[in-house]
Amino acid sequence: MKTVRLLVGTTKGVFFLRAPAARTAWQVEGPHLPGRAIYSLAYDGREGRQRVWAGAASMHWGAVLVPTDDWGRTWDEPQEANVKFPADSGLALKQIWQIAPGRADEPDTLHCGVDPAALFRTTDGGKSWEVVRGLLDHPHRERWQPGGGGLCLHTIVSDPANAGRMWIAISSGGVYRTTDGGRTWTARNAGIRAEFMPEKYPEFGQCVHKVVQHPSRAGRLFAQNHWGLYRSDDAGDSWQDIARGVPSDFGFAMTIHPHEPETVYIIPIESDMVRVPPGGKLRVYRTRNAGRSWEALTRGLPQRGVYDIVLRDALTTDSLEPAGIYFGTRNGKLYASRDSGGSWRLAIDGLPSITCVRAVVVDSRKPARRPVPRRAARR
Amino acid sequence: MRVVFLIPTALRPFADGRSRIEIVVAKDPPALGDALEALWESAPGVRDRVVTEQGEVRQHVNVFVGTESCRWTGGLATPVADGAEIAIFPAISGGVC
Repeated sequence: MKTVRLLVGTTKGVFFLRAPAARTAWQVEGPHLPGRAIYSLAYDGREGRQRVWAGAASMHWGAVLVPTDDWGRTWDEPQEANVKFPADSGLALKQIWQIAPGRADEPDTLHCGVDPAALFRTTDGGKSWEVVRGLLDHPHRERWQPGGGGLCLHTIVSDPANAGRMWIAISSGGVYRTTDGGRTWTARNAGIRAEFMPEKYPEFGQCVHKVVQHPSRAGRLFAQNHWGLYRSDDAGDSWQDIARGVPSDFGFAMTIHPHEPETVYIIPIESDMVRVPPGGKLRVYRTRNAGRSWEALTRGLPQRGVYDIVLRDALTTDSLEPAGIYFGTRNGKLYASRDSGGSWRLAIDGLPSITCVRAVVVDSRKPARRPVPRRAARR
Repeated sequence: MRVVFLIPTALRPFADGRSRIEIVVAKDPPALGDALEALWESAPGVRDRVVTEQGEVRQHVNVFVGTESCRWTGGLATPVADGAEIAIFPAISGGVC
């Protein structure tokens, strides 16, 4: 029996929502890791696992990666911090912004992106994490500038067909690509505008907020920028403006349809100075033709007096047909669509400020395998 | 010489549940940094919560030697007397609403 699980990160912990495949009613459970800010969540279903990773940050005690194999009944809190900069870097971890399980044929590989901007990798299922030196030592580093959320590496996009190729995005540094497994990285921002700099099209320094890719078309990327919507058809070598028909090209969130590689969703924000929905209307915008046109999706969403926005990782999809689309807001509302965005319902209200949302479809009859060892488990 | 660390509730899962940890410090007289190094040997999980990977006391953590915050007494170089109590507190600045 299929069950849809939503992983919801908030500024006050993790919540899990659950619904049958019809997705008509949601049960909520949590908070887990209470009081900690969860800016990243990931589900790892490779090799029969049902593992959830949380990037959990305490303002007092720092940030760690914490996994659970039983939907939060127990968490494997690391005794020693598992993501740490090497001493010679002079850097200290502030926040974990992204967790990305690797490809199916590398089941013990995951990456995480952090503030200050860096990429970490594990190849032993999370027992040990190492910084990716090629990016840590990149000569551009000294000129990257923090955005409002810090100097964060918030996006990791792997190439499903090419083990050595990956893209990452930094606010603000822009998009970087490696084709040699992380040894070298090249800025890939040609055509992306940096509105906040005197040189509008620099090699790097753009504030790219999110990049998405459909796994069936690895070389095509979509980007929501700090001002600007873009598509690349050549793996990031060049970018074209696709912001035609949206009320604002500023925003954070972007996701792609699980089955339609030309269907992308965004949630525009009025401007970087105001940061509310344009016109007080909560609207998701969808393109079904790779950005040649956009349509507003409003059925079931409030269209007056909305001052609530959606952060970069708080918009996501499930893998069902028709696809479920979900987003969570800064004011703790979680909206769900079970018809690819055609209509929406408020699934739950009153959560803490939502920072990230992930959706996964699990077969609830199958037990999870490969549990991690327990140490100092706590909720 | 001996010092006593007072462990806050949030960090006791990393200290075998202990609220007080008595430590023998080899260096005499020690600085606060020496005493903390000795604490890390007894409770390594506490280290990464109190200091960053660069060894600096975290921004929203206060370490008191007696009744004085080490921020005003020389940081990790603060002198520690035999029998001193060293208390670790979450700073009030660390709260988020």
